[in-house]
Amino acid sequence: MAREHKEPLFHIVKRMNMGGTSKVAIRIVSILIGLIIGAIFVVALSPTSHNFFGFFGSMVSGISSTPRRLWLFLLEGSLLLGVSIALVPAFKMKFWNLGGNGQILVGCLATCAVMFYLGGKLPDPALWPIMLVASVLAGAIWALIPALFKAFFKTNESLFTLMLNYIAAILIGYFISLWYPTGTGSMSPLPHGALPTLGNTPFGKYFLPTIIFFIVAIAIYFYLRFSKHGYELSVVGESENTARYIGINVKVVTIRTMILSGALCGLVGFILSGAVHQMMSVNMDSNMGFTGIMVAWLSHFNPAVMILIAYFVTFVTRGMSQVNTDFGFTDEKLSSVISGIIFFLLIASEFFVSYRIVWRADIQKVMDKIAYPFVKACDSTDSLIKTIKVKLTTKKQPAKKEAE
Amino acid sequence: MHQLELKNITKTFGSVVANNNVSLTLDQGEILSLLGENGCGKTTLMNMIAGIYYPDSGSILINGEEVSIHSPIDAFKYGIGMIHQHFKLVDVFSATENIVLGYKDQEKFNIKKAAAKVKEIADKYGFIIDPRKKIYDMSVSEKQTVEIVKVLYRGANILILDEPTAVLTPQETKKLFDVLRKMKEDGKSIIIITHKLNEVMEISDRVAVLRKGEYIGSVNSKETTESQLTEMMVGKKIELNIERTEPKGCVDRLIVNNLTTIKEDGLLGVDHVSFTARSGEILGIAGIAGSGQKELLEAIAGLAKIKEGSLDYIEPHSGEWVDLCSKNPRQIRDLGVRLAFVPEDRLGMGLVGNMDLVDNVMLRSYEKGRPVILDRKTPGKLTDQIVKDLEVVTDSVHTPVRRLSGGNVQKVLVGREIASVPKVLMAAYPVRGLDINSSYLIYNLLNKEKETGSAVIFVGEDLDVLLALSDRLLVLNGGKVTGIVDARTVTKEEVGLLMTKTVESTVEE
Repeated sequence: MAREHKEPLFHIVKRMNMGGTSKVAIRIVSILIGLIIGAIFVVALSPTSHNFFGFFGSMVSGISSTPRRLWLFLLEGSLLLGVSIALVPAFKMKFWNLGGNGQILVGCLATCAVMFYLGGKLPDPALWPIMLVASVLAGAIWALIPALFKAFFKTNESLFTLMLNYIAAILIGYFISLWYPTGTGSMSPLPHGALPTLGNTPFGKYFLPTIIFFIVAIAIYFYLRFSKHGYELSVVGESENTARYIGINVKVVTIRTMILSGALCGLVGFILSGAVHQMMSVNMDSNMGFTGIMVAWLSHFNPAVMILIAYFVTFVTRGMSQVNTDFGFTDEKLSSVISGIIFFLLIASEFFVSYRIVWRADIQKVMDKIAYPFVKACDSTDSLIKTIKVKLTTKKQPAKKEAE
Repeated sequence: MHQLELKNITKTFGSVVANNNVSLTLDQGEILSLLGENGCGKTTLMNMIAGIYYPDSGSILINGEEVSIHSPIDAFKYGIGMIHQHFKLVDVFSATENIVLGYKDQEKFNIKKAAAKVKEIADKYGFIIDPRKKIYDMSVSEKQTVEIVKVLYRGANILILDEPTAVLTPQETKKLFDVLRKMKEDGKSIIIITHKLNEVMEISDRVAVLRKGEYIGSVNSKETTESQLTEMMVGKKIELNIERTEPKGCVDRLIVNNLTTIKEDGLLGVDHVSFTARSGEILGIAGIAGSGQKELLEAIAGLAKIKEGSLDYIEPHSGEWVDLCSKNPRQIRDLGVRLAFVPEDRLGMGLVGNMDLVDNVMLRSYEKGRPVILDRKTPGKLTDQIVKDLEVVTDSVHTPVRRLSGGNVQKVLVGREIASVPKVLMAAYPVRGLDINSSYLIYNLLNKEKETGSAVIFVGEDLDVLLALSDRLLVLNGGKVTGIVDARTVTKEEVGLLMTKTVESTVEE
């Protein structure tokens, strides 16, 4: 009876005012933990190699051992960035666009259709703008359908966009068998309409399609931050009631924003089919519509962070397929599981960024001791950054005084 | 030995200290008022007794024995029951079903027996309750009765009521107090959280005051005065008078005739409402919560579906009538109608919590200026002005408004609305959740608007304030106007009667 009065073992407390360094550090630590767990798994299960550090070597060589690999890595990351940034306007509006895959696929379909039906009849440079317009329109329409239903009938956009993914994949399958009735259901590259390159090196082939999504990312950043449209869609997303209260037409904003989101996904399809593959397949989207959701959320819609995360995700997937080869696995599934573990830990780190676990007083003492060097290091980095910032700003001020 | 004793209770949320080293006692058969401004930690403290939060440090003693309360079930074990400000009832269940919900006694479940026990408790303390009535058919005060009986049914000896009178009419409040007195005679101990001083004096034996999470002290109700209590609450002496000037140069500004609106769920919002708002006067709107106040203001602001009736604004210079029916807020603005609206739901409707001050101030004016690209410079200057004029406490104008305290949030909202130099200013519960100083600042702003010739429409919940501030008072019940009276001559009781009166036909002004 005497010791019945006991505190709970731990409780969860919301964090306030955490320094920037700690936020970054928590994420880096969780990524490292994920990689280490992955390495342990791989080394323990591998039939051929038991080199723990070889795991990291393989990961890195997966993206950088040849110029072609490096450029493919840069391109894939850029495509993922493109999809993520396409989803941001919709997500900021709290419109859960899970239809990225489908919107990419119809973009591919539109591009290939132009290449298939008009290729050879028109010169290639005349095809390009038609392909571009067709793919962007197709993506926009694929997003417009659920937007219209949401605006006028209040249907659930997550289910709607999700379903459209399957329809898009089936449409692709249908057109492939329409175009090649005797084929195996796959397509070989189309002879006409390939987008221009800067020569036959990996750089020449992949530079243009890579750079385009960096430009798109910057443009969308400015659209969201400085345009009236961007402002309206944030208001709608944050509070539909506020939007009504000041007289924003929620329907118009919903439809307009989804058209933009779908059009950008269609653009990804245009690059995939027009520049990279010159063909289409039912899984050409490589699930980027879903991976992009993760990238968009983890970056908190900040384009600079989005670049880092898109490339990290690409690094893991490409690196893991190299690990697969180097460690003698015949099945791709293990590498997917391990990529999953790493992503899971990255997502889980968000919890520790927002919340803190407070242990029972006696345990907390021990915990504090363990965490002390970590916290201390973060704090000193924070103050270092602060002093640098202060120094930078004070440097400008004396100049002003002299001018006076 | 005290029935309940709190010793050095501390509770923090992140960096916010909600309770700091609070010690408090409650004796058997005592009614204790817990008094303090909003956000001073009253509810947090009570939630720790009721098992919803766990204190960071300190101890709770019941009948001299230290206890540990991890959950509301633990709290009931020790005979503690809390009636929350927001009722936690299942709408489609009857009173009895709600009362026994989640309660495990040793007996087999028998709804008839339970209903009989409910009746017995009700008779003992003088509640009026129909055990079979569904919650969705109940008025607010009936729901509150169910909550109280629920707690008594579980054998609570210590009852905690969180702002029980906030939702009641004067008559209902009187009934509640009668019941509380009977419980006290029966040996129950009661803690009542409130910030209405006159009620404190009326009902409680002792008053404990909290300020900014700290325990200031306790006094016997008989030996104190309202001004002493205010001083304890706020920390300094303040004047509690609202100045009311005689209305000058009144002309009709807004004419509402036979207005009927439909809510989203298809029910009527307001039902054949007619009145006129005049420039240079404050028209108060009284009524029990949910009597159509919100719907009325939203209809005028262009946010409701209008079924019938008319809504006209009279242009001050030309005297032209402008029809406001079926226009959205932007169309109203484009017509040159200077209508400002401070809605009840500040962060859910009037402002966007995650946006900074500048982005919130420009909500009303962002379409102006150059096309496509936003202009944040002009609104930035206006924001600086509002921050300076209304003494908004904030780190910078780029802080998200949700991080500001309630009073400062309201200052930003009211500041923005007044900045448009309105001819009609509507404010719904503009002082809800505000501390005394901020409340009086808002009253003064409303008065200033009135003096500069605006037609002010003020929806309030505190009848004393409504009577002190308004020139005329419109009373709503069930979406209908039950009376428009002169606020200078009418008594509180008369208004209370109007608040519960039912009318068949529309009252003509």
